[in-house]
Amino acid sequence: MESSAYITLKDVVFSRAGRRIFDGVTLDIPKGKITAIMGPSGTGKTTLLRLIGGQLRPDSGQVSVDGHNVPALKRKDLYRLREKMGMLFQSGALFTDLSVYENVAFPLRVHTKLPEDMIRDIVLMKLEAVGLRGARKLMPSELSGGMTRRVALARSIALDPELIMYDEPFAGQDPIAMGVLVKLIRDLNSSMGLTSVLVSHDVPESLSICHYACILADGKVIGEGTPEELRQHPSDRVQQFLNGQPDGPVPFHYPASDAAADFGVTGGAL
Amino acid sequence: MMDRIAALGRGGLDVISSFGRSGRFLVGVLAGIPRPATGFPLLLRQLYFVGVLSLAIVVVSGLFIGMVLGLQGYTILSDYGSEAAIGQMIALTLVRELGPVVTALLFAGRAGSALTAEIGLMKATEQLSSMEMMGVDPLRRVIAPRLWAGFIAMPVLAIIFSVVGIWGGMLVGVDWLGVFEGAFWGNMQSSVDFVDDVLNGVIKSVVFGFVCAWIAVYQGYDCVPTSAGISSATTKTVVYSSLAVLGLDFVLTAVMFGDF
Repeated sequence: MESSAYITLKDVVFSRAGRRIFDGVTLDIPKGKITAIMGPSGTGKTTLLRLIGGQLRPDSGQVSVDGHNVPALKRKDLYRLREKMGMLFQSGALFTDLSVYENVAFPLRVHTKLPEDMIRDIVLMKLEAVGLRGARKLMPSELSGGMTRRVALARSIALDPELIMYDEPFAGQDPIAMGVLVKLIRDLNSSMGLTSVLVSHDVPESLSICHYACILADGKVIGEGTPEELRQHPSDRVQQFLNGQPDGPVPFHYPASDAAADFGVTGGAL
Repeated sequence: MMDRIAALGRGGLDVISSFGRSGRFLVGVLAGIPRPATGFPLLLRQLYFVGVLSLAIVVVSGLFIGMVLGLQGYTILSDYGSEAAIGQMIALTLVRELGPVVTALLFAGRAGSALTAEIGLMKATEQLSSMEMMGVDPLRRVIAPRLWAGFIAMPVLAIIFSVVGIWGGMLVGVDWLGVFEGAFWGNMQSSVDFVDDVLNGVIKSVVFGFVCAWIAVYQGYDCVPTSAGISSATTKTVVYSSLAVLGLDFVLTAVMFGDF
């Protein structure tokens, strides 16, 4: 990798409700690039973002963001670090009692003492960047799914963060909305020099915009590299995921007891 | 047999851990001193939702309970020829007991359940998480104003309930059943003590307000972020608040009015 690592995960182990989600994940996320984290549903992709954001603490291992060891930070320092982060949630997570304008203005009002006319200019600029300046008076309940995510994106870049994390930005989007989001993620990364972490299981869209990608499965990183390197990866599991094959190293059947016994056929031809 | 004992033990541990979590939650909420410039508008807004919007149900309930007290009191006291004491009976009943207790039960049903559902939905739709990721502590921004609003609004609502109830009792006792107005107010004035009755009633409502608001915001914050989880948390808010209010009322009454 050419760029230095902005985020480093080293031997991260994390369990929840008795289930081990990560079993020694080690990963470097380069500064100023788009990194895609992919993997089948339920492999802990969103959990990884929450570990990076300090909303969860690992059982062991190190999570470092911009040189700060996140799990070891005091509450105050963690909140200060988060001011440099933006996160786009899968649902958008807009505040339902605030208009589009007020949602985008929220972080500015909380973290800055800017005069109202300057806040207005910044909000309109951010909304213009996502193509929704004209929707500023709408309430979140009046927005489509794609618009909600674009407003959430405008809100997450309101404070000009250094890092932005996207949690399944393409899930449930129609092709046009997906195309808009792909363009926005690419443009924001290049124009603002952001470090972007993109969690998704939409392989073509993710690989089309990322500079670097990794695939998580069974609590580990099973493959990483540039999109081209991943496409040539020798692992059957990586190829099964990238090509969407229904059966392979990740079996089609959930582990089950003997079928003959389950169907009550003893000594039969099952 | 062992399974049942184990289940009982698990249930006990769950209850204890829930108490522990709610205590830590409360410390977290109270620890942060909000900035007046941002905290006061949020508090005012919540006072409106929690207090002002509860006024209708409190006033109507207070009126009818006062009127029922007037009717029942007159029926019983007139048997002894002492219907003039109806004002005293209504005032003491309302100020000492029914004002704080019924207002708290109404508060739990109207404002408490709404607080739990609102916070639970904010959790389910990741609004609380997004706030955290923006570097804003939801305990201070979302929870604290709601807790303080409940704490402040409850005593005011209880006082309004008692005042309206006394007025309702007067409507029935004096205007309808013909009790002498001078005796109604005079007996009330001579028998109701400001510190022993009024202030103790207000203290009760302060305690109930704090407990109801704490239960409501905690249940919302701690709920399982699903439809079923929010529904269950809302039910728990009403049930736990009602039980806590009735239980605490007995304890407070014993301490304040028990002549041991």
